[in-house]
Amino acid sequence: MNTLRLDLENYRDLLAEYIRTKDERALYQAEQFSKQSMQQNISPEEIINVHLRSLQELYPELPDYILDSFDFLMETMMSYGLAYQEFQALREKQLELKSEISVAANMQKTLLSTTKPEIEGLDIGALSVPAKQMNGDYHHFVIDDEGSLGVAVADVIGKGVPAALCMSMIKYAMDSFPELRMDPKYILGSLNRVVERNVDSNMFITMMYGMYNTEDNTFSYASAGHEPGFYYHKERDEFEEISAPGLVLGVSPDSMYEQYQKQVDEGDMIVLLTDGVTECRKGDDFIEQEEILEVIREYKDLPSQEIVENVYKYFERLQDFQLRDDFTLIVLKRDV
Amino acid sequence: MNLNIDVKQPEERYSVMTLEGEVDAFTAPKLKEELLPLTEAENALVEVDLGGVNYMDSTGLGTFISALKSTKEHGSRMRLVQMEDRVYRLFKITGLTEIMEIDTSVRGGM
Repeated sequence: MNTLRLDLENYRDLLAEYIRTKDERALYQAEQFSKQSMQQNISPEEIINVHLRSLQELYPELPDYILDSFDFLMETMMSYGLAYQEFQALREKQLELKSEISVAANMQKTLLSTTKPEIEGLDIGALSVPAKQMNGDYHHFVIDDEGSLGVAVADVIGKGVPAALCMSMIKYAMDSFPELRMDPKYILGSLNRVVERNVDSNMFITMMYGMYNTEDNTFSYASAGHEPGFYYHKERDEFEEISAPGLVLGVSPDSMYEQYQKQVDEGDMIVLLTDGVTECRKGDDFIEQEEILEVIREYKDLPSQEIVENVYKYFERLQDFQLRDDFTLIVLKRDV
Repeated sequence: MNLNIDVKQPEERYSVMTLEGEVDAFTAPKLKEELLPLTEAENALVEVDLGGVNYMDSTGLGTFISALKSTKEHGSRMRLVQMEDRVYRLFKITGLTEIMEIDTSVRGGM
């Protein structure tokens, strides 16, 4: 019984058995039969044909009008058969695309990978999780000649493949900057020109660029329309928003960016993020800023990497483990 | 969620678009299709009433940026009115309040 094949004999016997016994087992066999027919690309009209021939063998006296009606039915089923073939072809194509996208996603991962640097006196945590296969968020660490840390967090508007391609462009633009120390405001200014010239009119990028000077423990930053981050003062045990006015990248060719500086004391913490964190929804409601801060506060005494991972787990749970947007969180903490 | 788009043209070269719902990745293409042509006539003024928009994501912002670029290209104007706080915050963070004509004297949803 395992080797069900679409041969006449087999089908005829099965049909005869069912007509005689009305047994459910025969029906089950019929179901198996139809599944196998699909696998072997057998069209519906062919099955009808087999059915007709089986009937003729079982009941040679069948009236002509019944036989004729089968011709009619077969003709009717023809377009179902064609539609099914088309469906099969599309399914194969979709599998192909899926595997191509996953190749692209892997390539993106390699291209955009950044290593979290080890810097004495600074505890760094970073986590970026894409909502779909390709990540529209981007973060990048770089250490310059004088040992200062540059950190970029960006979000490309538009999701999926176009956003990812755009991100690669940003990454290469940043790699091509001279090794000399550059101020965040100049970095954003030159990236803006690159983006403005090269992206579609409804695409844009938000970016926060920060530079942590390890010699005097200052943090300078500028923002191109990016979601504000947070600064935690250990001594006052208070969070404040880190924001800087500035237009998103890619809108106006001559945008200028303002730069701000903070003195970072021992135990102070800088939190940078993307709007995947702040736009997180609880059911139909949005999460409030206070809630984000409460969560960060809860884990603030852990090492930075554990902070970002715990905060992520919290939001993942909140959204039933279905991220709606790419999620990126970076924590820089000056060691005590 | 859905987005209802209603366009009226009280005068020649003056159109009022009223939006109701969410402007997100799903509805933005439809909005773009309706909004961009309005900005393509010289000296046209397009007023977009956002009083009924309770949510906008960055894709929505992208559409307004496209429209803004189009007004510059064609010598027309776009004015956004009745923006809700949450939506206004998005325009503010991204720096767009500095370069777009946004009427904040009338704010919606307060």
